[in-house]
Amino acid sequence: MLQIKNLHANIDDKEILKGINLEVKAGEVHAIMGPNGSGKTTLSSVIAGREDYIVTEGSITLGDENLLDMKPEERSHKGVFMSFQYPVAIPGVTVTNFIKTAINAKRKSEGKEDIPAAELLKMIREKAKLLGLKSSFLSRSLNDGFSGGEKKRNEIFQMAMLAPKLAILDETDSGLDIDALKTVAEGVNKLKSKDNAVIVITHYQRLLDYIVPDYVHVLSDGKIIKTGGKELALELEAKGYEWI
Amino acid sequence: MPKKYTETELGQELQNKEYEYGFYTDIESDKFAIGLDESVVKAISKKKNEPQWMTDWRLEAFRIWKKMEEPDWANVSYEKPDFQGISYYSAPKKKPELASLDEVDPELLKTFEKLGISLDEQKRLTGVAMDIVVDSVSVATTFKKTLEEKGIIFCPISEAIEKHPDLVKKYIGSVVPRTDNFYAALNSAVFSDGSFCYIPKGIKCPVELSTYFRINEGGTGQFERTLLIADEGAYVSYLEGCTAPQRDENQLHAAVVEIIVHDDAEIKYSTVQNWYPGDSEGKGGVYNFVTKRAIAYTNAKISWTQVETGSAVTWKYPSCILKGDNSIGEFYSIAVTNMHQQADTGTKMIHLGNNTKSTIISKGVSAGKSQNSYRGLVKVVKNAKNARNFSQCDSLLMGNECGAHTFPYIEAHNTSAQIEHEATTSKIGEDQLFYCNQRGIDTEKAIALIVNGFSKEVLNKLPMEFAVEAQKLLELSLENSVG
Repeated sequence: MLQIKNLHANIDDKEILKGINLEVKAGEVHAIMGPNGSGKTTLSSVIAGREDYIVTEGSITLGDENLLDMKPEERSHKGVFMSFQYPVAIPGVTVTNFIKTAINAKRKSEGKEDIPAAELLKMIREKAKLLGLKSSFLSRSLNDGFSGGEKKRNEIFQMAMLAPKLAILDETDSGLDIDALKTVAEGVNKLKSKDNAVIVITHYQRLLDYIVPDYVHVLSDGKIIKTGGKELALELEAKGYEWI
Repeated sequence: MPKKYTETELGQELQNKEYEYGFYTDIESDKFAIGLDESVVKAISKKKNEPQWMTDWRLEAFRIWKKMEEPDWANVSYEKPDFQGISYYSAPKKKPELASLDEVDPELLKTFEKLGISLDEQKRLTGVAMDIVVDSVSVATTFKKTLEEKGIIFCPISEAIEKHPDLVKKYIGSVVPRTDNFYAALNSAVFSDGSFCYIPKGIKCPVELSTYFRINEGGTGQFERTLLIADEGAYVSYLEGCTAPQRDENQLHAAVVEIIVHDDAEIKYSTVQNWYPGDSEGKGGVYNFVTKRAIAYTNAKISWTQVETGSAVTWKYPSCILKGDNSIGEFYSIAVTNMHQQADTGTKMIHLGNNTKSTIISKGVSAGKSQNSYRGLVKVVKNAKNARNFSQCDSLLMGNECGAHTFPYIEAHNTSAQIEHEATTSKIGEDQLFYCNQRGIDTEKAIALIVNGFSKEVLNKLPMEFAVEAQKLLELSLENSVG
């Protein structure tokens, strides 16, 4: 599904990614772990298409399409979703209105009409329930005054609504207490299928207790230096990153 | 006995619109020479068949104006108009009649479509010969009947001068006197036309006068004069302006709006201003220098809601004189500036009575190279006990070349006054845009979403169907504002 080959990327003329190779197949969960400054957030930003990052070499393809040729919104329409570490607030725009706008933007790109209100409502109810979100939550301004847990649950709620092919969860566990972490992880697990894939970017192992990865990659200084199964995460937890 | 109005008659009247313009075209051929002196003022009054008292009133205004100087304290800069270089009487121009919408500038049609303006209305706005549409005819007729039955007077001010001289005499200049300011004096001397509305005692106007306007409104003049009166216990919601872009060859617009709200009455005044802002270089836009003021008596309520997206230079402060005890004044405003536009707008809340309350919510959005200023005065006089005010001024900036400014003035002369002021400035950030992009929303749509969210408190105050249009208008005004 996702193929990254020899990816090099800069920000402000500084090379952060120094030749990443990664293949993610449908139905798989990959974890990317690594110390601060290893390039984890850069990698997710580059996949999502953030403009501040300049790709100098390599390729990223989703299916048979070249993601690097696309704007961020086009990548989103093709099924790339990124759960932000720090979701921004948009005051005055409700959770419902925002997700409606996002869904309709995607539908428009597919040449479809706006989603019928009844259908949207049904879907919102279903997915909100999955994430334990009350209906009053849906009328609040997006991420405005949300707690850490609310922000992350809202991210996964949007993921559920948009049903992406590839979901990248960027430090989704940061700022979450254990209950919130469980809710979020359960949500992700229920959304998992043989047709989609998840990349979990995390500093700590604890999220991986709940979202169990098929592969764990260790990122260091812009390169993947080790790949293993889920037991690698436990090993990293016990020994730190130094031993590799 | 109110005159009966059949659908056929109304239909004929609508068809006769062009005829009316034709009549004016004749006058236009002897259009007044440029310049302004007493003889011009007299001639304007004569053209409009005004009674002597009106002519005298205008002449007095002219004498006052001559002694005044053009003010320059606003935070705007522009080339001052040459007041002797303007022709002060030119009736509505006959628009070239077009056979179908195919002949209309496609850019304009695209704008209409984006605003969601109906085909019939598009035709009306562009001067395409219109078939009488059963729907709007019956709606207009129903309105007219309803208003007449309730004793509501709603007509051009020139007609009111002729048919209701006592009311006009009593109220004109009572809120905005001729001596008030340079542009108000000028308007008083030379006003072309405008609207007059009187709601009798205890009557709640059952229709939004906005809706009526949307069907009947013709072109607005250069010096418009509006007079609204709600007698004791009356209510009306009135909407002026149009979301459709209005181009005008007159560069200077100096309107006066006076509102009188008697005891226990309420007036809601909403306006959407979308005059031509000039080209991307800032050339050729309209100067909009307007004086709008309301007086509220005991237990009365006035609320101003404005959406300002047009004009090269906007200079206006819809104000409330809270004269009666327990009177309430509200001001809700969204001012959007883009390209080289400049806006200096806000309100004045003058608390004279006891227990008077005022609320100010002002939202400024600046993009391009524009400058957007909020200027507001909250004044509580010595004898006004327990006055309360809440002001909130929020500014949203896009890009690095625009400016937002806030000039709040507070004068409290009574210690029981409670005045609160909050102000915020924020910028549409790359983070917000990227977040939206990531969810599949392109940058243009993302800006619209963010701006609409920012303006929501004010948009919510507009009459329902107009709020939707205003929302689209905000989006349009900010198109291409981010590279």
